[in-house]
Amino acid sequence: MWLPELPPFMPFMIIALFVFFSRGPLVTVLMLAAPLWGALNLWQLEQGLLWQVTLVDLQLMPLRVDKLSTFFGYLFHLASFFCIVYALHVRDKVQQLACLLYTAAALGAVFSGDLLSLFIFWEMMALSSVFLIWARRSADSYASGLRYLAYQVISGLLLLLGTLFYWQEHGSLAFTYMSLQGTGAWLIFFAFGIKCAFPMLHTWLTDGYPNATASGTVFLSAFTTKVAVYGLARGFPGSEILIYIGAVMTCFPIFYAVIENDLRQVLAYSLINQLGFMVVGIGIGTELALNGAVAHAFNDVLFKGLLFMSMGAVLQMTGRINGSELGGLYKTMPKTTLLCLVGAASISAFPLFNGFVSKSMVMTAALNQGHEWIWLALLFASAGVFHHAGIKIPYFAFFAHDSGIRSQDPPNNMLLAMVIAATLCLAIGIYPNLLYQLLPFTSAYQPYDVSHVLAQTQLLCFAALAFLWLNLKGLYPPELPSVNLDVDWFYRRLLANVWSKLSNIIWQTDQHIRQVFLAKLKQLLALVAKYHRPSGILARAQTVGNMALWIAILLACSLGLSFIGL
Amino acid sequence: MTQKKAMPSKVGAQEKKYLFDKPENVRRVIGLLAGICILLFALDFVLHRHSSHPWEHIPGFYAFYGFIGCVLLVIVAKWMRIFLKRPPDYYLKEKQGDETNPEQTGKAGGKDVAP
Repeated sequence: MWLPELPPFMPFMIIALFVFFSRGPLVTVLMLAAPLWGALNLWQLEQGLLWQVTLVDLQLMPLRVDKLSTFFGYLFHLASFFCIVYALHVRDKVQQLACLLYTAAALGAVFSGDLLSLFIFWEMMALSSVFLIWARRSADSYASGLRYLAYQVISGLLLLLGTLFYWQEHGSLAFTYMSLQGTGAWLIFFAFGIKCAFPMLHTWLTDGYPNATASGTVFLSAFTTKVAVYGLARGFPGSEILIYIGAVMTCFPIFYAVIENDLRQVLAYSLINQLGFMVVGIGIGTELALNGAVAHAFNDVLFKGLLFMSMGAVLQMTGRINGSELGGLYKTMPKTTLLCLVGAASISAFPLFNGFVSKSMVMTAALNQGHEWIWLALLFASAGVFHHAGIKIPYFAFFAHDSGIRSQDPPNNMLLAMVIAATLCLAIGIYPNLLYQLLPFTSAYQPYDVSHVLAQTQLLCFAALAFLWLNLKGLYPPELPSVNLDVDWFYRRLLANVWSKLSNIIWQTDQHIRQVFLAKLKQLLALVAKYHRPSGILARAQTVGNMALWIAILLACSLGLSFIGL
Repeated sequence: MTQKKAMPSKVGAQEKKYLFDKPENVRRVIGLLAGICILLFALDFVLHRHSSHPWEHIPGFYAFYGFIGCVLLVIVAKWMRIFLKRPPDYYLKEKQGDETNPEQTGKAGGKDVAP
């Protein structure tokens, strides 16, 4: 071939190096070239290719190409391509470098065949992605970025610890199927769990993503969580606990999404809900379920990316993102509205949109395996996701009451990126085989039959009817400027309060000890002063006669003693 | 950052009428949705569906589940607001609190240096 075979992360790293030293239109060209070169490079890598390195006595495998990693590899190239197009107008070196390195790290993680390489890329992902939050350069985003980074680093440390334990237990670092036994496997499971936004560990996502830049959030939504899904699919398929974790993940965020005001935070909650479907699929672990899970990861990158892009466009053009301040934007942003509606229909899994097939694969698998309560929960979550992501997002941003804002559609590159994602959403929805022939496992599934289509359409249309009815009755909770307490309250408020109380106590104790010490010191000084002051007993002036008398007495004593001694 | 390119301008009275400014268009959309729902519900009795779960045989199972599920979702979420809702500057206040603390300790430290 005319291109050297490189590990998939290398093209992005090399381009990042060039971008660092260039400026102007050249940067644009380089940025666009990165995903294209990367995809070509990936295309010429053969299935089953392994690179092995022996470090001291550790067998490392920095590159492993198989169907699962290739699937995620293409997904990440596609995602980085439309994200880069979306961010072409950005003239900020920090963001440009961060997104290239972030993509490189995600690719490296997906193609690493051992746990140590995975750890290195895992941490690189954390360190590069946080700059997409900090690039907003506000006090809020700085604080939020720190919290995000803390979570990511904890996840990395758990992964490292887990790797060490796993190595001790199994004598191998290979990243393959691990059953949930032993400390090592559990630590690695939790490391993945943090990045996958398991319930209670999810607040880095809902806190960090809405605080990133308009284009940064689109990047963030595409990579970190999907690498975690890949990790779970590779390491822990068929672990029953994942089914229940996933079911909780699909259900609890939708309640928050209904009352949340920041529309990008609504999408962040809905991202957790979608991850829940993937986690359930991985937990079920049949080939149909695993195919459904990874296909849903693929589709989620497309429609969640599209929704984040449309909200990013709203933020960019109006400077606002709270539902309470928006409304009526369809009048002057018709293209964005239409594209957002495509994303909304896709995430809601309307027939002919891409979410439909992958979601019904997971749900059919749940029913086939006899998890009927889980199936009911997923059904509820499907209706709920339509409610908040499908209706609420477009309704409060583009329709609802007229906010009087008359912003225009965003620049062409942003529209183009949205059009790419929307086209893919529709194309995969209409010709599912485009995507489904790439799936890593073999299972035949026929999504478009009358029963499925009718059931899903009924579910969604009546969910829409419920929204309409609640709205007409005035029962629908209005968008209010507010924050809603979540698990982050524990460390942002409780822990902060406890800490400030504790530091107050420490400060007071310290103050008290110092005062007591000072008082003692003063007493001592007074004592010294008492004897040494001008008229003090030790400071009194002595006459020469006195001294001579004392010397005579001393001499007499020594004379007397010498007589006794002899 | 150039985040705030906002050009909010209040609507003039002479501004053109948009699609949903006319109440009859809104009514049309509502009517359309209601029509679709009735049609879908009716289809349940016409089309034969294969099912993998006994509940799927109940006519209108998905329709009712979707409707009731969403109404419950909204009512519960609204109820959650009672104990979850805080003013938008809730965490900002705490931050200010945090900032005053080091100042206090700073002053205290100052005292120690020069009594």
